[in-house]
Amino acid sequence: MATAPVVNRRDFLKRGAAGGAALIVGFHLAPRAFADQAKDQEEKTPNPFDAWVRITPDDRVTLVLGKSEMGQGVFTALPMILAEELSLDWKQVHVEQAPTNPKIYDLGTGGSGSVAGSWLPLRQAGAAAREMLIAAAAKRWEVGTDTCKAKNGFVVHGHPERSLRYGELVVDAAKLPVPNLNKVPLKNADDFTIVGRDTHRLDTALKSTGKAQFGIDSRAPGMLYAVIARCPVFEGKVASFDAGKARAVAGVRDVFEIKTSGRGASTTGGVAVLADNSWAAIQGRKALEVKWEEGAAANESSEELRSQFLANASKPGGVLRSEGDADAVLRAASKKLEAIYELPFAAHVCMEPMNCTVHIRPDSAEAWVPSQGPQWAQAVIAEAAKLPPEKVTVHTTLMGGGFGRRYQADFVMEAAEVAKISGKPVMVLWTREDDMQHDFYRPASYHRLEGALDGEGKLAAWKHFQTSTSIAAKWSQKGADDPGLGEFGTGATLPYLTPNIRIEYTLAHSSAPRAWWRSVEHSSSGFVVESFVDELARAAGQDPLEFRLKLIGEARRIPQFGEGREDYHPLDTSRLKGVLRLAAEKAGWDKPLPKGQGRGIAAFYSFLSYVAAVAEVSARSSAFKVNRIVCAVDCGRAVNPNGVRAQVESAAIYALTATVKDAITVDRGRVVQANFNDYAMIRMNEAPPIEVYLVPSTEAPTGIGEPTVPVIAPAICNAIFSATGKRVRRLPIRSEDVA
Amino acid sequence: MAISFTLNGKSQSVDVSPDMPLLWVLRDTLEMTGTKFGCGMALCGACTVHINGQATRSCITPISSVAGKKVTTIEGLSADGSHPVQKAWMEEDVPQCGYCQSGQIMSAVALLTKKPNPTDADIDDAMSGNICRCGTYQRIRKAIHRAASEMAGKAHSAA
Repeated sequence: MATAPVVNRRDFLKRGAAGGAALIVGFHLAPRAFADQAKDQEEKTPNPFDAWVRITPDDRVTLVLGKSEMGQGVFTALPMILAEELSLDWKQVHVEQAPTNPKIYDLGTGGSGSVAGSWLPLRQAGAAAREMLIAAAAKRWEVGTDTCKAKNGFVVHGHPERSLRYGELVVDAAKLPVPNLNKVPLKNADDFTIVGRDTHRLDTALKSTGKAQFGIDSRAPGMLYAVIARCPVFEGKVASFDAGKARAVAGVRDVFEIKTSGRGASTTGGVAVLADNSWAAIQGRKALEVKWEEGAAANESSEELRSQFLANASKPGGVLRSEGDADAVLRAASKKLEAIYELPFAAHVCMEPMNCTVHIRPDSAEAWVPSQGPQWAQAVIAEAAKLPPEKVTVHTTLMGGGFGRRYQADFVMEAAEVAKISGKPVMVLWTREDDMQHDFYRPASYHRLEGALDGEGKLAAWKHFQTSTSIAAKWSQKGADDPGLGEFGTGATLPYLTPNIRIEYTLAHSSAPRAWWRSVEHSSSGFVVESFVDELARAAGQDPLEFRLKLIGEARRIPQFGEGREDYHPLDTSRLKGVLRLAAEKAGWDKPLPKGQGRGIAAFYSFLSYVAAVAEVSARSSAFKVNRIVCAVDCGRAVNPNGVRAQVESAAIYALTATVKDAITVDRGRVVQANFNDYAMIRMNEAPPIEVYLVPSTEAPTGIGEPTVPVIAPAICNAIFSATGKRVRRLPIRSEDVA
Repeated sequence: MAISFTLNGKSQSVDVSPDMPLLWVLRDTLEMTGTKFGCGMALCGACTVHINGQATRSCITPISSVAGKKVTTIEGLSADGSHPVQKAWMEEDVPQCGYCQSGQIMSAVALLTKKPNPTDADIDDAMSGNICRCGTYQRIRKAIHRAASEMAGKAHSAA
């Protein structure tokens, strides 16, 4: 099986992974989304390096870093950044997944933070290596460093030009001190030849030939395949089981119970069926007889949850933000609006179902994990195997989608428990049904928005009450209070000017596992805020675009509410207006559409990026169709514009599925939906053309995997209103809501 | 009981349970992992292969029904990724996570075999059984059109 080379860090720094001479520059990646944690960790960690550039005498340049590729294109964008500063053909850079090491922290891949967080560190590392190579060449030629320069993998000097390959210089360069990364001169952006150019992905050939190895493709000699029978009810347990019929299935090798516990467990174990192949394991599970101890969650349902929402909404929530006196202004206002918005649980649905392959030996363990957080996977396996983490080798594989789901370690924990008992290499494979019914869902939420308009159509007051099954409540200690700010995201940083604002939250109880779904809380906040602003614009009798531009007002920077630091990437109103104007212009906002069609617009700031979308729909007698989506994006400097466009297209389709397809619902403590027949995805015949326009920018790059998600649902619902006069306030959109 | 069929041009014999789906025979018995498991119910198309030239969902195809037939998987499409559909996939940068793309490509090749110059409606018909969660649909559409013109060009110059 193809595996990432495993290296001991000390050896690596001394010799390079290949064992020969090499120039190595170690540096530190701080994922943007976790900058504060990273800083905290840095203080605790004696050596903060978690990424390296390695140049070997064969001219091979290797970028070793703990980032996972799940489709978002980081294994292309990140080497582009390095190659730019190192002045070489970017295809010379090979990416190697860093080995997990408990002594080196690794904060995983998520929060749309890989390019944003790696931009400066990669440039600094590339520049440091370049300066060292130049210094080595200058010394050899006995000339000043300022007379030499790096060019396409060579250091060159003089006329006629003489040159030395990087590979010829690495031995000398490696003896030089690494320059201070914070002071090393960076390339002038005007001289960029790689960053900012449309670039083909590095992994397309592998992924077009079936050769790409995902977690599910891991194969080891003598391995068994396992599926697990889990209680269908959240937090339910095995009461008893009879393995007789399962064992009788040809190919089944073993049947036993496993228990899982702790922070990462979404299930409380189950009964594992191990077989020679996946099919036999699946058949064995069908034959297995299990009695479940369903527990208290068996009474939960979507209806019961909605009753909780309604009861919570009848009382004031906990106050998260209050400026002015929104309640008083709303009471006295002559023109006011109130609207209820609802969003359901949503499942991630990675095309590659969850899986993990683990082999636990007496003194070590090895695992192949499609994971956004391999460090956590390593800790979970170490705990199960009762081994020190450094004895657990984790190979992070390619992932058939992540979307936040693969941050979890529940499937890793199961595989570790099965492998521990079995003693053989075992893949725990989830079927689609397992994957859909035992996910960590995007929270279900219920929102009441109230707004008051003054005589000039300005926003006199804004009030947002939300009740939801928060993510934080799932992860915090039982009984701990969750104020709920994490459920609003930048929805609490209203870009629309108002002197009176109030934001309230009440937690609703649910046993359904919840966690980070593509764009997390912004997926609901974007829908709610951008729908209600549209309603206010209509109530004011104004064009929704003009109304937004006017309410956003003059150029200013609005501190992100709840960040605690005023200077932490404040919302720049000019950039928000910029994407609104660009999307409107490209969509032909002012051009009339035929009867029965409509346009809607929405804009949102999340993951430090600004995205606006214009959707065009046709709607007639209970049927509607999305005809076109135009997106304008300001994500700072686009490292690979082709990759940025791909992510915007991807996020738009992902959000469209959540907008027009199915909800995850709960009945008797179980998730009702199980496969693509009842939790449908957008398909080719339903995928509208998506146009993507990027705002040219010299700002540092910001997130792109997620920030398109929040604007799609509101743009579509606003378009439906424009076409039909019907306001859709509940997702997903049902045909009766449009009729 | 051994079941024999032709796999990517070579004769192949397997001794497995006759009701075992072709998908698992390929992936687990023969360790040819290019064909993917997505749903197990012929709902997503990730497991698409060709059986006697027809795009078929291998996850619900019992191996017994394949006896004596010709099976082509993504591994058998070309030795080096040089099939015009694969080349078009690379030119348009179709794959993101890439997991569904073996199935997408097998469906696209079957379409182009039947309809060398497909319309958008033909593409909708032939490709709507294949789900892509990364939402690469418009790039797939472009790549199919690109492959069609590439193949037409070749056919023209050959004639």
